[in-house]
Amino acid sequence: MSTTRYSRQELFPPIGKAGQEKLKNARVLIIGAGALGTSSAEMLVRAGVGRITMVDRDYVEWSNLQRQQLYTEKDVQDKLPKAIAAEKRLREVNSEVVIEGIVADVNGMNIEELVKNQHVILDATDNFETRLVVNDAAVKHEIPFIFGACVASYGMTFPMIPGKTPCLHCLINHLPSQNQTCDTVGVISPIVQLVTAYQVTSALKVLTGNEIVPRLQSFDIWKSEKAEIDVWPLKNKDCPTCGSSSTFPFLAYENQTKAAVLCGRNTVQLRPGFERTITLDQLAIRLKELTSEFIQNPYLLSCTYEEFRLVFFKDGRALIHGTSEIAQAKAIYHRLIG
Amino acid sequence: MTIQLNGLHVEIPENIRNVDDLLKHYQLENRIVIIELNNEIADKSKYTELPIADGDKVEMIHFVGGG
Ligand SMILES: [Zn+2]
Repeated sequence: MSTTRYSRQELFPPIGKAGQEKLKNARVLIIGAGALGTSSAEMLVRAGVGRITMVDRDYVEWSNLQRQQLYTEKDVQDKLPKAIAAEKRLREVNSEVVIEGIVADVNGMNIEELVKNQHVILDATDNFETRLVVNDAAVKHEIPFIFGACVASYGMTFPMIPGKTPCLHCLINHLPSQNQTCDTVGVISPIVQLVTAYQVTSALKVLTGNEIVPRLQSFDIWKSEKAEIDVWPLKNKDCPTCGSSSTFPFLAYENQTKAAVLCGRNTVQLRPGFERTITLDQLAIRLKELTSEFIQNPYLLSCTYEEFRLVFFKDGRALIHGTSEIAQAKAIYHRLIG
Repeated sequence: MTIQLNGLHVEIPENIRNVDDLLKHYQLENRIVIIELNNEIADKSKYTELPIADGDKVEMIHFVGGG
């Protein structure tokens, strides 16, 4: 079985038998098991990468099935964590690959343990904060980090190679106040596949020792639009992450999003570790359509989303009523604010 | 005037005079954006001073958080 399984990939000259052997010994970490994560994981598992680790904090929901290709209706009914459901399905796809699903909220405190001994990290998260945490760890441990993101019909990718390209922190010099997310403006499956096609190509190149073109690329698959920028000039010699005197700020305890369960109130309070000013008026425009019982005053915005009551303050702080699980509260926060 | 934006020829209003106007036209002024104007990355602090003219080649990439 093994001799023919990868024959079409071995026939492709830039990979060949030697490249396939390298893939077999490769270890890949995928941060997130949503749309991007499930798509990348399936391609890499089929390609015969030796070991894949997926980390995700969420569980499978009905609204995931439209694009998160590893999940089934049964997974939703069983309320399975994504990391577990993905692991199960990926083992069915290729029993030769070692697959590990980890149910966890990725943050500056646990990321260094996760990236240890990995050869490539694939971005499949849904928010900037986690991306910058992963970027810090990737630069610190000198592991290529393949950035990817999408909403609606638009997506982007950038292969961050420590020492060879600017890092994500060079490109994003502050946390955006808020963002369009898949839960606010939607997303279609084809853009997910396009972004992961580029991410997995970059990963295959890195793992087989092929040259990689370090360009920031974006695509709108609905409008048939494509942009590409050589971002080398944005390499910042004073970057706190990849500069000459780096401090890796997103790995520091004081810069983590602080979550506190408010005892007896079935509520979680979230406070961003980095200064983040939320424009309540802009947030209101989006949330009005997605939520009910919407109330806004100059200080805060309050609304009901699914079974949760949410209160957002101008300084980026939020109260999530209706849960005492920190991971669930963070997931809701990032879904709506990005 | 006509510019080449992300590989496509697009007609933009004549009152767009600089990179800052262009960003506002596409409602991207509050987003993280990287702009390349005629093959050179535009300095964020100089958007209002960088003129946009007919025939310019612009690559504009805005960051999104989803996935
Ligand atoms: Zn940097």
